[in-house]
Amino acid sequence: MAFEPSPQLLEYTEKVIPRYPQKRSAIMMILHALQREVGYISLEAQEWIAAQLDLAPIKVREVVTFYPFYREHPIGKRHIRVCRTLSCALNGGYQVCEKFKSEFITGLNEISPDGRVTVEFAECLASCGTGPVALIDDDLHENLTEESVKALCDQIKAETPAAPVPAAPAHA
Amino acid sequence: MVHLSKPPVHPRERRIILKHADEPDYDASLETYERHGGYAELRKAYAMKPEEICQEVLDAGVRGRGGAGFPAGMKWKFLDRKSGKPIYLICNADESEPGTFKDRQIMHKDPHQLVEGMMITAYAIQAAQAFIYIREEMPHGARILEAAIEEARAKGYVGKNILGSDYSCELIVHRGAAAYICGEETGLIESLEGKRAYPRIKPPYFPAALGLYMCPTIVNNVETLCHVKHIIAMGGKEYAKIGSPNNSGTRIWCLSGHVQNPGYYELECGAATYGDLIYEIGGGLRPGRSLQAVIPGGSSAKVLRAGERFTGKLRSGDAFDWGIEDIPLDFDGPAAAGSMSGSGAVIVVDDSVDIVEVLANINAFYAHESCGQCTPCREGSLWMKKITTRMVNGGARTEDVDLLASIGDQIAGRTICAHGEACAWPTQSFVAKFRDKFLEAAGRDPAEQKKRPFRMV
Ligand SMILES: Cc1cc2nc3c(=O)[nH]c(=O)nc-3n(C[C@H](O)[C@H](O)[C@H](O)COP(=O)(O)O)c2cc1C
Ligand code: SF4
Ligand code: FES
Repeated sequence: MAFEPSPQLLEYTEKVIPRYPQKRSAIMMILHALQREVGYISLEAQEWIAAQLDLAPIKVREVVTFYPFYREHPIGKRHIRVCRTLSCALNGGYQVCEKFKSEFITGLNEISPDGRVTVEFAECLASCGTGPVALIDDDLHENLTEESVKALCDQIKAETPAAPVPAAPAHA
Repeated sequence: MVHLSKPPVHPRERRIILKHADEPDYDASLETYERHGGYAELRKAYAMKPEEICQEVLDAGVRGRGGAGFPAGMKWKFLDRKSGKPIYLICNADESEPGTFKDRQIMHKDPHQLVEGMMITAYAIQAAQAFIYIREEMPHGARILEAAIEEARAKGYVGKNILGSDYSCELIVHRGAAAYICGEETGLIESLEGKRAYPRIKPPYFPAALGLYMCPTIVNNVETLCHVKHIIAMGGKEYAKIGSPNNSGTRIWCLSGHVQNPGYYELECGAATYGDLIYEIGGGLRPGRSLQAVIPGGSSAKVLRAGERFTGKLRSGDAFDWGIEDIPLDFDGPAAAGSMSGSGAVIVVDDSVDIVEVLANINAFYAHESCGQCTPCREGSLWMKKITTRMVNGGARTEDVDLLASIGDQIAGRTICAHGEACAWPTQSFVAKFRDKFLEAAGRDPAEQKKRPFRMV
């Protein structure tokens, strides 16, 4: 099935391409907009982007598969990224990650059984002075403790309706 | 929703870049920036000749704040102006060396300072277009910068005929996608071209000659570009009086790990020591703990072991004999001690953790972030991670200690980019300096190790 861009995505794409001296440079920004809207980047969507930029689809796919942030499969409704790196780890980053996982009864890089979240490890989020930290969607949460993680999880559960998905690994 | 905290300024600080950032009523708007004298230096600069600005920056001696410490004025001099191709300016806002969180403060709290520094730089090098490459993990930062650029464009500070001159330059924000290697300048350029961030080999691909779209390109760090504004305000020679010779200006040090008051502290170069930063400014270690190690300039910098002595001769000819606490906080101090100031990220490790696990955590980072082009880096980083993780989990062999060291020795100098050094230096230095601990770790029992309550891998 061919990818149908929303009017907003189409408008954004038309606006962002001419900002660059060469069209191909717009790939990453279009991917960002598309993933934000759709949740992930399907092969069909990649073909659509390639067509906008006069590129072979593989040129888009090699970008999608190189950068950890782009994904070809859906994730939970909320994206939780816990910093794994040294300054956070020295102050309990791994324990914080365990707490997120246990609150949603989920493993790393999966969609939780209630469909609400995907918990991942991220590398240094450039907030090492307030570690452990985690990004939940766009927002950074600092100085995390088991208690504050519990509160964040309760908030997510209150805000985000459960929508269980058939159990299948979200991505590698 | 952005609410970066605004900690108090330590009395030892000398704030130039972060002068206003943490004032309670200071915000990211153009109105606030102008109320504090913002864009006056842009006007001053645009009344100068571009080459005069370049000379001021050269006179200032300002060294790059992104990691390598290369003098900015010198880099600009290397620009290939004869090719006739357009020149590009890129701000490296990838801020991804573990331990570093200074550029975040500037971009979130004082974005116009960066815009002003960039538009002065763009004019000085006569850039056709300018870019800010910001890491994906700062979505609010990207929005704040975009809003600031819009405001600046409306006022004629960015875009067509800047300040009524015949010079025009667009500035756009480009977002990364969570790959550390985009911080390496040629990887960044490839990424900005819409490709995988595979670093290019130097020579011939020095950005100043063959950069973005194979055109002459200047890549500078956020903090470096902000200093340009202050160099114009003071004059290069006056600016050079701040700090110590060869180490001019202030630097924002990022203190993290096992200290009571982690945070960012802007200090005059050479005016304090690592001891001052950790114990006086940073409040020292947690009660009852003692120092085990300090990583002086981002996680790729060679580690310093507590109790180690550093001796030698300074550039001035004077002999020195330092402990960690005596090392001057500048570019040359940690270099004299056999390490580097790198990105200004100081990570403190106390005796509560296993030093082998610290290295295992670092190795996991570099193994994850290798772009995979060079065999020594791709394979070596992975093996260093595997060996150190096994030492932590139990089941390693004594000979693994030498094997680990030898893998490190076979990477540095044999790769396309400095990620090779970045991933080798931790292993080389940790094993050399903590050999006793690695030998001990090699004999651990997996069953016992499983029970450890605190984990870092
Ligand atoms: C593996 C690697 C990662 C790097 N990451 C960054 C980074 O995140 N931010 C940065 O400003 N410079 C980084 N650098 C340094 C850049 O390559 C480049 O030297 C710098 O942006 C130049 O700016 P400056 O001269 O103003 O410091 C990195 C270098 C390497 C080898
Ligand atoms: S040294 Fe590592 S990161 Fe750099 S180009 Fe080679 S494989 Fe890639
Ligand atoms: S180590 Fe976690 S933010 Fe840097």
